[in-house]
Amino acid sequence: MLAKRIIPCLDVTLNERGAMVVKGVEFVNLREAGDPVELAKRYDEEGADELVFLDITASPEGRRMMIDVIERTAEQVFIPFTVGGGIRSVEDINAILSAGADKVSINTSAVKNPEFVREASEIFGSQCIVIAIDCRRNYDLSRGENIVTLEDGRKAWYEVVIYGGRKPTGIDAISWAKRVEELGAGEILLTSMNRDGTKLGYDIPITRAISEAVNIPVIASGGAGRPEHFYEGFVEGKADACLAASIFHYGEYSIEEIKRYLEERGIPVRW
Amino acid sequence: MNVIAIVNYGVGNLKSISKAIDFVGGKAEITNDPKKVKNADGIILPGVGAFKSAMENLKPYADLIVNADVPVLGICLGMQLFASESEEGGLHRGLDIIKGRVVRFPDWVGKIPHMGWNQMEIVRDHEILDGVENKSFVYFVHSYHLVTEDKFVLTKTDYGIKFVSSVVKDNFVGFQFHPEKSGRVGLRILENFVKICKR
Repeated sequence: MLAKRIIPCLDVTLNERGAMVVKGVEFVNLREAGDPVELAKRYDEEGADELVFLDITASPEGRRMMIDVIERTAEQVFIPFTVGGGIRSVEDINAILSAGADKVSINTSAVKNPEFVREASEIFGSQCIVIAIDCRRNYDLSRGENIVTLEDGRKAWYEVVIYGGRKPTGIDAISWAKRVEELGAGEILLTSMNRDGTKLGYDIPITRAISEAVNIPVIASGGAGRPEHFYEGFVEGKADACLAASIFHYGEYSIEEIKRYLEERGIPVRW
Repeated sequence: MNVIAIVNYGVGNLKSISKAIDFVGGKAEITNDPKKVKNADGIILPGVGAFKSAMENLKPYADLIVNADVPVLGICLGMQLFASESEEGGLHRGLDIIKGRVVRFPDWVGKIPHMGWNQMEIVRDHEILDGVENKSFVYFVHSYHLVTEDKFVLTKTDYGIKFVSSVVKDNFVGFQFHPEKSGRVGLRILENFVKICKR
């Protein structure tokens, strides 16, 4: 049986000292967590099932320097390695794969040009193309296509947001997930802005809705703060993988502790 | 110095496997020069992509791989190319090193491709698996699998059906999973391969 995957995420920026992993609440108030190469190596050794590296610099000069960081990080890991952030073209994907990544995660440019998803998956194969969907609850039900019932019984639809959560798009997240699957995406990395950085747990209603709507793996992201959140992500959210950042960066829980908690409750994990 | 040639026949990313071989003490050389493949102490046939185009691109190397007397390691599609034939994108002939046919997973098994960490059940002892525990988790990404005779089967894996996840015949060994992406278990397998090549 396939193991459920635990994926640490490195949000990487560049400062005067070089590359730095950071983490904030709802994409703001960034706090430093360490050197990406060191963290990646540590997570591989500690039993991470995969690693995600998000370049959050989003500047052309930063991008060139970041390729070097990606290359040095890839040298340290022997598990699947996904890189995302600011990917706009086939050339960008080529550069990142050549630096040693196995998959790329595409977000804003997929929303702006859905044909890019098709082109990328045809050239590089679906297994290589992860589509990151950032979304936020919208309570104006007249505008949503798929209305979801929330934990407290209220209703909302989930709107896709881009540019790191700053710009709403009017696009329904569930419809968008189905669309990217048709376009050839191999996986969906789903982040709810309502939960990202809050440590209140994954946004289960949307995770479940999208996991049930598509036939490609869904990675739950945003909100993990305790071991039970991973359990909920897998069991109630029906996710194939759970991604987390600060819970691991700041040593609150180790990957092993999370996996042991899950295994005791019957979730298949990899040792 | 013993060199392990990674055959660059135009498929996918060869960097992961190359750095993993170097990491475990081998010397990998990514090459598209048939002469270098012929003179290597070991050959790795990687592979991501479709069977038909892979076989076409492999033509310049096909004979020397089939007739190789050094260890040959096929990974993922590279292992499937060992087979007599494949149903991927119509019926196509393979290298016919291992009698068998590559077929697609039936839809009812679950999500296809079979992607992620799954366990290998070791059904036969072989030095390539020295130090590898039975039921170790390894990393898979594939939609097709090889159906072959029991005598070639090294490990099996359960994904709704039990499929062949590694094969062996003489100096040929093939893994459906990616040892270069399978953490310490995968590195151990590659280290064993490097050792076998050095003999």
